[in-house]
Amino acid sequence: MKPETPGAQLPLIVDRDRFMFKVARNNFVDPEIFRREKTEIFERNWLYLGHASELKKPGDFLTRVVAGRSILFTRSSEEQLHALLNTCPHRGMQVCRERSGNAKSFQCFYHGWVFAQDGKLRSQPGEESYCEGFKSRDSSNMTHVPRFESYRGFCFVCFDKDVQPLETYLAGAKDHLDVICDQSETLSILPGTHEYSIRANWKLLTENSIDGYHATTTHATYFDILMRSNGGEAFSSGMGGGYALGNGHAVITSTSPRYGRPIAKWIPAWGEEGRVEIDRLYNDLVARFGEERANRIARQGRNLFIYPNLIINDIMAVVVRTYYPVAEDFVSVSAWALAPEQETSWSRKYRLNNFLEFLGPGGFATPDDAEALEHCQRGFANHRDVPYSDISKGMNKESPSNSDEIQMRAFWMQWHKQMYPEAAAEIGDKVI
Amino acid sequence: MTSITRDQIATFLYEEAYLLDKWRLPEWLQLFTDDAEYQVPSMDLPADATPDNALFYVADDRTRLGERVKRLMKRAAHAEFPHSSTRHLVNNIRFRQESDEDLDVEAAFATYRMKDGITDLYLGTNLYKLKIVDGSFKIRRKRCMLDGQALRPAGRISIIL
Repeated sequence: MKPETPGAQLPLIVDRDRFMFKVARNNFVDPEIFRREKTEIFERNWLYLGHASELKKPGDFLTRVVAGRSILFTRSSEEQLHALLNTCPHRGMQVCRERSGNAKSFQCFYHGWVFAQDGKLRSQPGEESYCEGFKSRDSSNMTHVPRFESYRGFCFVCFDKDVQPLETYLAGAKDHLDVICDQSETLSILPGTHEYSIRANWKLLTENSIDGYHATTTHATYFDILMRSNGGEAFSSGMGGGYALGNGHAVITSTSPRYGRPIAKWIPAWGEEGRVEIDRLYNDLVARFGEERANRIARQGRNLFIYPNLIINDIMAVVVRTYYPVAEDFVSVSAWALAPEQETSWSRKYRLNNFLEFLGPGGFATPDDAEALEHCQRGFANHRDVPYSDISKGMNKESPSNSDEIQMRAFWMQWHKQMYPEAAAEIGDKVI
Repeated sequence: MTSITRDQIATFLYEEAYLLDKWRLPEWLQLFTDDAEYQVPSMDLPADATPDNALFYVADDRTRLGERVKRLMKRAAHAEFPHSSTRHLVNNIRFRQESDEDLDVEAAFATYRMKDGITDLYLGTNLYKLKIVDGSFKIRRKRCMLDGQALRPAGRISIIL
């Protein structure tokens, strides 16, 4: 008798009646899955490119790698934003090799072709050796990304020209993004980028970024520190829920977290100067939105996930984080701080201070998360004999909490739908 | 003013490296003044950036630096328990003595971090503001300027640079 093939038979096992949800560990290690994700996930979905605030003046540009492709992101003299594929239409060289700057035009050094801020070909050496009308052909210009849309300053690209509009794509995430953006009318990305990496599969970082369950154990030392700086008040992430938002998006909220929030929740460690500032910010919100919404904006935290790989955590500061697979066991991460452009120096200083205590690869939390994920990845070497991870916490509840796992189930269901559409059709769309 | 020599500075920096590599972090902390700062700027910031309005990787005042050390001595600091083996190499010392009390030092560093079969390398320049105290030094500010554009593949700054 032929021995049973070891390892996972299915990428996902979902049984709502038995409250069972199993994710094959092969999904994190298989080179074929890694290869297919490049098209099925990263060519079909909206991917975060950057924030409009990163290009302040006409002529400002930056280059950024999105799903392995270099994008040239510009603000033209006419104040239009352009997302260009950074490859010369002549023979392919990456036209702009600088990280950022300000320019009226871009010259590809290889043969000297010059392009405008909107990618149009301006001039070529040896123009007379090209046929008449060459310059006015579309194919002589740099190519725009197939789709580019923004929502409240968040700019996205998609390599599938037929993707649904961004606002539709955002589904239930839009409401939470609105709450974050309502904090201030001048939200901007601050100078200083966290560019780092984790020796683990990118999907582990999705799970970790919206996981409340790990907080008290993985981040015990952070909460020790918070307790000391907060005058001995023990940590509590507060009540809060986990929600599937449609299209793979998800969020966890916390309704009364113990950390301070720059907009706008005071803690004793911030002293009287801080109290005055926080009260002022809170009252501004009440004036703009009324008490109920002001309370939601100011005093609740949220970890928002926008499928497939954008995290916006609005907790003790606001971090915007994207991450891309480099190998099955290596993910490249970029993170930025989002803050009101017009913020008092007190607020700016305390916000950044709050940010660094927890967030970022030099803080007191992210390295421990990375350690956990890297050791999961090492554990997955056993995937033939221990084929599945269990992600069923809270499946039996009407309203899962922020330390349950519905957020991960939302992600995996959408991933499964895009990678294995036939198997997903059998399971159905309902996320519980 | 009494002239400080490169040899005196090197002796001090080697002592600092020794304490870090031996994970004698509470003693290392004693090298700092009460108003000390330990900073690692993000790699895309200008040289004169301040953590008050730009995002750094690390911007500790003396209190948080103390918390960092306390944390690294605990089992629950998972990223560093068991702790990494490190090797802090320091060289290319340049300095300018400002007065009888103040000394600016620049030194190149190459710090290796080894754990779980992996070796990561951090390269850069340490900018020190030192106070000259009782024939020795105290660190008023240590700013580690990392070379390169990204913290990859090292991925984290869980050790003290």
